[in-house]
Amino acid sequence: MKFTIRVNGVEHTREVEPRLLLSDFLRHEIGLTGTHVGCEHGVCGACTILWDGAPVRSCLAFAVQAEGHEIRTVEGLAPGPGQLNPLQQAFRDAHGLQCGYCTPGILMTMTAFLEENPKPDEAQVREALSGNLCRCTGYQHIVDAVLLASQA
Amino acid sequence: MKPAPFAWHAPEDLAAALALKAQHGGEAQFLAGGQSLVPAMNFRVAQPAVLVDLNRVAALDSLAFDAEGTLRVGAMCRYRRIERDAEVARRLPLLVEALAEVAHPQIRNRGTLAGNLCHADPASEMPAVMLALEARFRLCRHDGERVLPARDFFLGPLATALAEEEMLAEIQIPALPPGTGTGFLEVARRRGDYAMMGVAAVLRRGPEGRCVAARLALCSAGPTPMLAERAAASLVGTRLTAEDFAAAAALAVAEIDPMGSVQASPAYQRHLAGVLVPRALALAAERAA
Ligand code: FES
Ligand code: FES
Repeated sequence: MKFTIRVNGVEHTREVEPRLLLSDFLRHEIGLTGTHVGCEHGVCGACTILWDGAPVRSCLAFAVQAEGHEIRTVEGLAPGPGQLNPLQQAFRDAHGLQCGYCTPGILMTMTAFLEENPKPDEAQVREALSGNLCRCTGYQHIVDAVLLASQA
Repeated sequence: MKPAPFAWHAPEDLAAALALKAQHGGEAQFLAGGQSLVPAMNFRVAQPAVLVDLNRVAALDSLAFDAEGTLRVGAMCRYRRIERDAEVARRLPLLVEALAEVAHPQIRNRGTLAGNLCHADPASEMPAVMLALEARFRLCRHDGERVLPARDFFLGPLATALAEEEMLAEIQIPALPPGTGTGFLEVARRRGDYAMMGVAAVLRRGPEGRCVAARLALCSAGPTPMLAERAAASLVGTRLTAEDFAAAAALAVAEIDPMGSVQASPAYQRHLAGVLVPRALALAAERAA
């Protein structure tokens, strides 16, 4: 079926099957491969995107359901090519990533989190991070990065 | 990890949704938040031929207290809306306390209470909380409706009293009488995981401080959410002391029927119940003061 979706402020019209997951649509239909796919059953958080501003699992929604909603992916964070936004810069400065597989999902989760809690404490950051798995960092540097961004 | 093909319908009103379900029967499934159904479809454990997507039925995204103080939660009301509602937090703190244990914010941003209840996972917190709060469920079909107490809704693991044509359209949670205190506690491997054991306690004190009503409901404690009725009855008339809680816990441990999982043996689950029941009761008693 034909449908239109808005991603990072840009409209895309495509003909897709209803069973196409939003995560696969973003990656394969419009080439936004920054959204990663880990588990495809809602556990790992790698595929987290913002749906009308709220972080959700893109592997647990069908692309056609997103019509009429505002979708934001990691590609929508940087102010321009070759640039990083303050949260991304903090991840770089605090070594908040190693392989980077989990990072786009964590950035999207934390973007929404910091909008609501601009000055969080460490416990709040850890709680907010609980829905995103990282196999590399042991989380400490991610927590550091988010706290660093909140001080900027 | 990709869903099997299905026909997708996204009606905009309840009557159309119910008509579609009546037309397609067991071939069709309602899709609410999708946080249980879509994973099952990705695994192809679930392969509905028809999906009746309720996300565009605006009237089902409702959350309000009625004149009697009963909270009415529509089928498309997402967890996030409930947990952020100040009035719900004030009048039904048990609901909000237990919601914090349900998965993660990303899941709660989309998941719905009604969808969770229809999934009927006995390890899930919400079915037990519905028993503790004596919720009623309004089940609608194209040609009628009925209201069922929560305790008659859960029949077994992933099995409910819903008929093929029915939708859980509304959850009704009655007001807690004055003097009532509630508490929810669970033990899980990690934050947001399913509980290995969870306990919801509701206690009411009379004018002299004695307990006049008690309810205890447990999750991960049997094939359905479990009411520990003998344990609760033992508390009525007591002064709600630590000894009373220990006696109730012993009864509750005998009443439940934990099934065990990769994370916890039935014996360990019973041990957890023995630890959590007195703590949840103490919490509720303190708040009932
Ligand atoms: S890929 Fe969506 S949560 Fe893991
Ligand atoms: S940096 Fe490798 S999974 Fe997180």
